[in-house]
Amino acid sequence: MAITKFFNEMTADDGSVREHYAAYAKWLSDTPADRIARKRAEADSLFHRYGITFAVYGEESGTERLIPFDIIPRIIPAQEWKGLEAGMRQRVKALNAFIHDIYHDQEILKAGRIPKEQVLNNAQYRPEMQGVDVPCNVYAHIAGVDVVRAGAGEFYVLEDNLRVPSGVSYMLEDRRMMMRLFPELFASHRIAPVEHYPDMLLHTLRSVAPKGVDDPTVVVMTPGAYNSAYFEHAFLAQQMGVELVEGQDLFVRDDQVFMRTTQGPRRVDVIYRRVDDDFLDPTAFRKDSMIGVPGLLNAYRAGRVTLSNAIGTGVADDKSIYPYVPEMIRFYLGEEPILNNVPTYMCRKPEDLAYTLAHLPELVVKEVHGAGGYGMLVGPASTKEQIETFRKYLVANPEKYIAQPTLALSNCPTFVESGVAPRHLDLRPFVLSGSEMRLVPGGLTRVALREGSLVVNSSQGGGTKDTWVLEA
Amino acid sequence: MLSRTADHLFWMARYMERAENTARILDVTYRLSLLPQNGQEVEAMWAGMLKIMELQDTFHAKHPAFTTEAVLEFMIFDRDNPGSIYRCLRATRENAHAVRGTLTSELWETSNATWLKMRDFSMAKMMETGPGAFFEWVKYRSHLSRGVTIGTMLQDEALRFIRLGTFLERADNTARILEVKYLNLLPGSESDVESTDYYQWSALLRSVSAFEVYRKVYRDHITPLRVAELLILRADMPRSLARCMKEVYSNLGRVANSRSAETERMAGELEAHLRFGRIERIFELGLRNYLEEFRDSIFDLGCRISDDFLIPASA
Repeated sequence: MAITKFFNEMTADDGSVREHYAAYAKWLSDTPADRIARKRAEADSLFHRYGITFAVYGEESGTERLIPFDIIPRIIPAQEWKGLEAGMRQRVKALNAFIHDIYHDQEILKAGRIPKEQVLNNAQYRPEMQGVDVPCNVYAHIAGVDVVRAGAGEFYVLEDNLRVPSGVSYMLEDRRMMMRLFPELFASHRIAPVEHYPDMLLHTLRSVAPKGVDDPTVVVMTPGAYNSAYFEHAFLAQQMGVELVEGQDLFVRDDQVFMRTTQGPRRVDVIYRRVDDDFLDPTAFRKDSMIGVPGLLNAYRAGRVTLSNAIGTGVADDKSIYPYVPEMIRFYLGEEPILNNVPTYMCRKPEDLAYTLAHLPELVVKEVHGAGGYGMLVGPASTKEQIETFRKYLVANPEKYIAQPTLALSNCPTFVESGVAPRHLDLRPFVLSGSEMRLVPGGLTRVALREGSLVVNSSQGGGTKDTWVLEA
Repeated sequence: MLSRTADHLFWMARYMERAENTARILDVTYRLSLLPQNGQEVEAMWAGMLKIMELQDTFHAKHPAFTTEAVLEFMIFDRDNPGSIYRCLRATRENAHAVRGTLTSELWETSNATWLKMRDFSMAKMMETGPGAFFEWVKYRSHLSRGVTIGTMLQDEALRFIRLGTFLERADNTARILEVKYLNLLPGSESDVESTDYYQWSALLRSVSAFEVYRKVYRDHITPLRVAELLILRADMPRSLARCMKEVYSNLGRVANSRSAETERMAGELEAHLRFGRIERIFELGLRNYLEEFRDSIFDLGCRISDDFLIPASA
């Protein structure tokens, strides 16, 4: 593996501490090690008691795992955040315009900016949505845009999560934990608050209620208590003060959705669903879905209920569509993209495949439909056997893969077994779109705890950090 | 409130109460097993307790003899026994987990912490300190959970269904505790209680935290008739059938819906019988029959609550 110089979030190349980390670094060096150790243990036991865990599939109940929490925050100066925020807003705006266009007049395809078959033959394209109007023309009400810093410090968007992005509860709980453990840090830094996220989310969801509904009833829909993100579903429902429903709690009569309550049926207007499209309605999508609601698609198409996010948003966050997002920004907004895309080789193209096969040891190869850090090859960190196995996959099904250069992800000092050492990280801010766009300053910072690892997903041993956006 | 949410709250409370009362029943039986007697008598006592808990066959399928050790293991740690304390606490936590957004965080954390601790216990660990300390722990966790419920939950429907679950379960369990005692030793006369018998009755009273209460209420020696009166008819005794039914009836009234009128009437009828009943009359009819019938009514009531509120048959 080529030794690359990584951008360190805390220290500059000359070893000096960056200005926005100065106060924190001083605090860290002044604080006795045993106090830090005590606080770290306290954080662990608190997370356990709160039950802030994620379920691991296939293990006995009650064996949920903690997502490791690191007490060294990721700090972003005000000016930098301003640029990031503008880039996020621009990107999500274009993505929503794209989804609306695809399910209506398909201007961007007619203009030849994106190959038609790339979109219409995509498994994530939902013909059921063609011609369906949704409130405010917004499809992805909640978007989680993954950004990384690489090279000399510039930001890249790694992917746009427009289906059911998760992780926002960790953003909120990490903040709560930091404030509880180290209140003095919040007195000595001007840290932008994030605690109002649930309030903004509720506001956004209410703003996209079906026309004519004055006081909409919002619910959060979960696949159930055994889902890996169940904690977050329950958390958001509780924080917004709305019901947490499962498919079995809902039924459709005359294209209207109701929930079963102890006082009889009650109308539901907006469903923040944390269930994939495929499982929403067994009469329309997967017949074997036990967690869906029969008739939901018809009620939705009739405009009697809002699903959040809309059905069919996957057509815009698929890895095979990702390379075209800058083009969307130019096409719909007439602007140049503020945030970089990572150069992407689409293996369905013979010349891209040839390049990829020739450079496997230095590339990251991802499944077009993969998620969660599964089914990917990180060339520089892989053995010869792993690379050869992937080569066979690629040759057999090139259209299933994309390849990207291995980014030298930035790193940040992190507590690990041997002490404090740099670990790679990414950032997922959450962008809310309804009658207007909103986002809290910050996001979820994920950190790859294994030395040298570039994979930050919690299912792959990643941890989280509190994210501080400093106020100017 | 969602019917499913109400269902989870109701069962969360029932399982916590069941865990507590199982600890109480085991505690009294364990104490009695320590009195001077032969091994056969001890086994008969455990067998009787399991019979009343309707777990005798399940137990027998696994264990040849009703030894103290085997019964304790079965009733506390056996993961296949749905009546074990382990399973009750797990079910409490699973139901709480399913509606954690409806609970205050303190209540959820209490239930979660109880379960995490329960997983750390083992038979060997428990025998080191003696089962008594473990039973105390279960009772205290239940007290804590009830206190946090009352001290932090909004007084809305959610609390009503929790309270319904608590008192319906307790009514059933108190009846069973009395039955265990009566199966083991039917009162021969209403005269003063002899020494061995005294220990049995006082152990029973202690198991429902009623020993001091008895002294305070009756200011007299212990007789079976009065013990039964205290645990059945005294509405000021928090674990009595009368108290439980009073709570069930009043909580039902506050969640009433368009289909629950008959359920409410049945609960009211049971409550009225207890309020105006006389212990002498109950003894004339036979206490065991009375208790069995009472438990049948409680079972029916539970089914009716489920149909009316928790799992409505029609949309």
